[in-house]
Amino acid sequence: MIATLNLLIAVCLGYVALLFVVAFLAERAALRGRGAWLRSPVVYTLSLSIYCTAWTFYGAVGYAARAGLEYLTIYLGPTLVMIGWWWLLRKLVRIGRTQRLTSVADLVSSRYGKSPALAIFVTVIAAMGLMPYIALQLQSVTESFTTFARMDDSAMPLEDPRAIAFWVAAGLALFTILFGTRNLDANERHHGVVIAIAVEAVVKLFALLAVGVFVVWWVAGGVGPMLEKIDASPIRTWQMDGGRWAGLTILSAAAFLTLPRMFQVMVVENEDEGALRTASWAFPLYLMLMSLFVVPIAVVGLEMMPSGANPDMFVLSVPLSQGQDMLALLSFLGGFSSATSMVIVAAIALATMLSNHLVMPLWLRFTGGGAVMSGDVRGVVIQARRISIISVMGFGYLYYRLSGGGTALASIGLVSFVGLAQVLPAMMGGIFWRGATRVGALVGLGIGFALWLWCMLLPSLGVGSIIPEHVMAHGPFGIGWLRPYALFGISGLDPLVHAIFWTLLLNTGGFVLGSLVTFPTPLERLQGAQFVNVFQHSNNPQSWSGGIAQSEDLMVMAQRILGASEAQALFQDEAARQGLKGYLPEPTPDFLALLERRLSGSVGAATAHAMVGQIMGAATVSVEDLLAVADETAQMMEYSSQLEAKSEELVRTARQLRAANEKLTKLSVQKDAFLSQISHELRTPMTSIRAFSEILRDLGLNPDEQKKYAGIIHDEAIRLTRLLDDLLDLSVLENGQVHLNLRSCVLAEVLDHAQAAAGAQDGTLRIRRRRISEEVMLSTDADRLSQVFINLIANARKYCDASAPVLTISVRSDGAMLTVDFVDNGSGIPAEAQDMVFEKFSRVSDQKAGGAGLGLAICREIMARLGGSIGYLPGQGGGAFRVSIPVQADLAMPAPASTQS
Amino acid sequence: MGKRVLVIEDEPNIIEAINFILSRDGWSVDTHSNGHDAVDVVLAKAPNLVILDVMLPGRSGYDILKDLRAHPQTADLPVLMLTARGQNKDRDMAERLGASCFMTKPFSNAEVLEALRSLVPQ
Repeated sequence: MIATLNLLIAVCLGYVALLFVVAFLAERAALRGRGAWLRSPVVYTLSLSIYCTAWTFYGAVGYAARAGLEYLTIYLGPTLVMIGWWWLLRKLVRIGRTQRLTSVADLVSSRYGKSPALAIFVTVIAAMGLMPYIALQLQSVTESFTTFARMDDSAMPLEDPRAIAFWVAAGLALFTILFGTRNLDANERHHGVVIAIAVEAVVKLFALLAVGVFVVWWVAGGVGPMLEKIDASPIRTWQMDGGRWAGLTILSAAAFLTLPRMFQVMVVENEDEGALRTASWAFPLYLMLMSLFVVPIAVVGLEMMPSGANPDMFVLSVPLSQGQDMLALLSFLGGFSSATSMVIVAAIALATMLSNHLVMPLWLRFTGGGAVMSGDVRGVVIQARRISIISVMGFGYLYYRLSGGGTALASIGLVSFVGLAQVLPAMMGGIFWRGATRVGALVGLGIGFALWLWCMLLPSLGVGSIIPEHVMAHGPFGIGWLRPYALFGISGLDPLVHAIFWTLLLNTGGFVLGSLVTFPTPLERLQGAQFVNVFQHSNNPQSWSGGIAQSEDLMVMAQRILGASEAQALFQDEAARQGLKGYLPEPTPDFLALLERRLSGSVGAATAHAMVGQIMGAATVSVEDLLAVADETAQMMEYSSQLEAKSEELVRTARQLRAANEKLTKLSVQKDAFLSQISHELRTPMTSIRAFSEILRDLGLNPDEQKKYAGIIHDEAIRLTRLLDDLLDLSVLENGQVHLNLRSCVLAEVLDHAQAAAGAQDGTLRIRRRRISEEVMLSTDADRLSQVFINLIANARKYCDASAPVLTISVRSDGAMLTVDFVDNGSGIPAEAQDMVFEKFSRVSDQKAGGAGLGLAICREIMARLGGSIGYLPGQGGGAFRVSIPVQADLAMPAPASTQS
Repeated sequence: MGKRVLVIEDEPNIIEAINFILSRDGWSVDTHSNGHDAVDVVLAKAPNLVILDVMLPGRSGYDILKDLRAHPQTADLPVLMLTARGQNKDRDMAERLGASCFMTKPFSNAEVLEALRSLVPQ
């Protein structure tokens, strides 16, 4: 026996390496622009063959052995679609191209106003639908291995099939990652993969045909004896079940349109719509060849193999039993090809969906989109896809373990098909019915998905694994009409037909009803128009024809939209190209198409088409066109309102700048006034000093005069010094450079000190205090606080105009704050001047009191530093100031109160 | 009798200094220390010359000068302006309003006397 497991593994690896080389060469050719043959209709048709998975390769024979010709329905659906509905495929391809769609999820989401919810939903359905399918591939590859191992008489112990399945899953994941995410370019088209798949398509077809020829001409001995064998076999007695037949045909047709891997090869990888024409007859031919020898192989298998043999493996076990090791090996490669090509494309398609609709939006949300600028995105996309592929394979393996791997291959595939068929109503409705809405799509999908879970996926895992046996028999909570295999009390149906019927009926019903009762958003309406009328709005417009007179009208219109110079250049170039003099070309279809494209860049495709159509008189503007125009207008209005918002923002910024400028100007004026004030305050005493010094210098003064004038000079010098002290003090306070000397003190002592320092003992001012209220401990800078009190007492002494001036100092404690009020019995400060007394150099009265007008400004700064405040108290009958001090000065001082002046 | 001068100034020490200097030079000196009724005082006393401070309580020296120049009786009266602010714009303002002479505090006594003599020919 040559075909040991080791040899098998070596063959598999060699085969995969070969595929790599093919893919690599194809991609290099495409890069160098020598890839025209990559787009040939034959390659396209062969790439569609991923529809035929290991299920089709091995399972069809098993299916035929168990259920006769029913396996044909799996080929019948796609054949009907390809032959009868190829215009529908053309529409899908056109939409896919104009909208740059990347997946089924993208198609549905894009159609319904780019809804992320729908994209995620379809992605989840696709992922769940793919799980059983991957499990199916794992199972078939595993079984093909074990089939070989069983035949292997080198007495090698049979490995646990589950372990084999695990290694197959891991190998396929690695293989897919290497294949599908090899390039860092996350472009959705994969030339290499497509070519590799085409090669695999040839291998699997050749392998199956070879086994078929062997069976018919070697084993049976020709066509005649073969037909006799068939007549004698149990398949002869097969009866067609109309319900199952119709249901399965519809199901396979639906799956052909909605399977993510089919969408990938049919729409995303499509580079030439024309290839569809060839595929419309060539692909059914391929399917026919694939199914040609299914019945003969099944019949021979049933006849030759022992009764316990798995009919799913006849393709492999029949040649093996005849000692045809090389043929068996070829057949094994065919099955391996079927499994790998399906897994690669399906995983790539699903990984695209997962990364585009699930991972990337989440990642962008969490990273705030910052990395979009830094170019990390590609790496993230590739990583997301790799992880997606691994999880897809992981879940597939898990499903294989859960379902026990014992169910016949075909029935697992059907679970997948029904799940994905749920996308069909939203998809078909979306491209044919403008009234379809996002809500309708969500409702339909939701209903279909829930029913599929309940009636198909969960029961398929085996009764008792998730849904308990009594629920299967009597319904959840004993509700009979919710039994998974007998919804609404309709029992006795085949479970598959039952599931197809209910899911698609209620799905479609929900979709239509939901669409009818809701209104599409403008974006949905716009997308709807572009999907449904894709042939009117896309690159190939109906051709117009007309004369030079119309060219002039076109020119006028184009100038209005594109601008005069651009429009003239466009028309002139075209006229020159046509060999005409002047600037007006013939309105040939090509030129009109070009013009329409240029216009659509400015006004949208629908509007451009309608405008050109009007001038050429070829088309009346339809309601749909008008709707599409309205939608475009809505988008433009939204855009212009965004512009408006921007310009409002500019106005706001300008206003802020103006305000800042005004403030600066005001500050500058204040600074000038301040300097002017300082100049005045300094020059005034200096004037006296200079004048009297000059007088003293002159001789001839009597001693009294000398003494008097020297006294004046002395006083003015003191006044000057005090002014400078005040200015320095204020400057230090305002700049926050002051050092506070915090210590504990008693308020009464601070007041005593201030009273003495203010010279209040001379009897000109009587001071009333209540000492008992002043026995309060403070933690503050006592010297600074005392400076404030001195100022207030001195001011009262200077300005109180009562005949017997009295100053009342009263203290109140309010928890953390102390308030000390200084109220005299004079006439007080006029209301209009009360706000000003704390400003620098403000003097209220005309009378000269020796101060420069900085005292209260300094007081205000000091109190701010100490964490308290000082203010004027109106309505006290006389001059009244209130000082608030925190009992415990806070070292973290607030900013100074008056840096603005 | 061409040596009568009116000093309008609010700083007592400066008044005293000017009074001393001018008296010693043979001027007869009147003083006035607020801006409110300065124009009336000038009209009433009709001096040969006025020394006018800019920053006066009640009314600015510029306003007083403007009124004096507007009145026919004092339109040509020599006025010496004194200011402690000493910026160029103050000098410009004084000249525009028709001050005969402008001096910045602190002044030199000799300069004041010289200016007075040149403004009032002996």
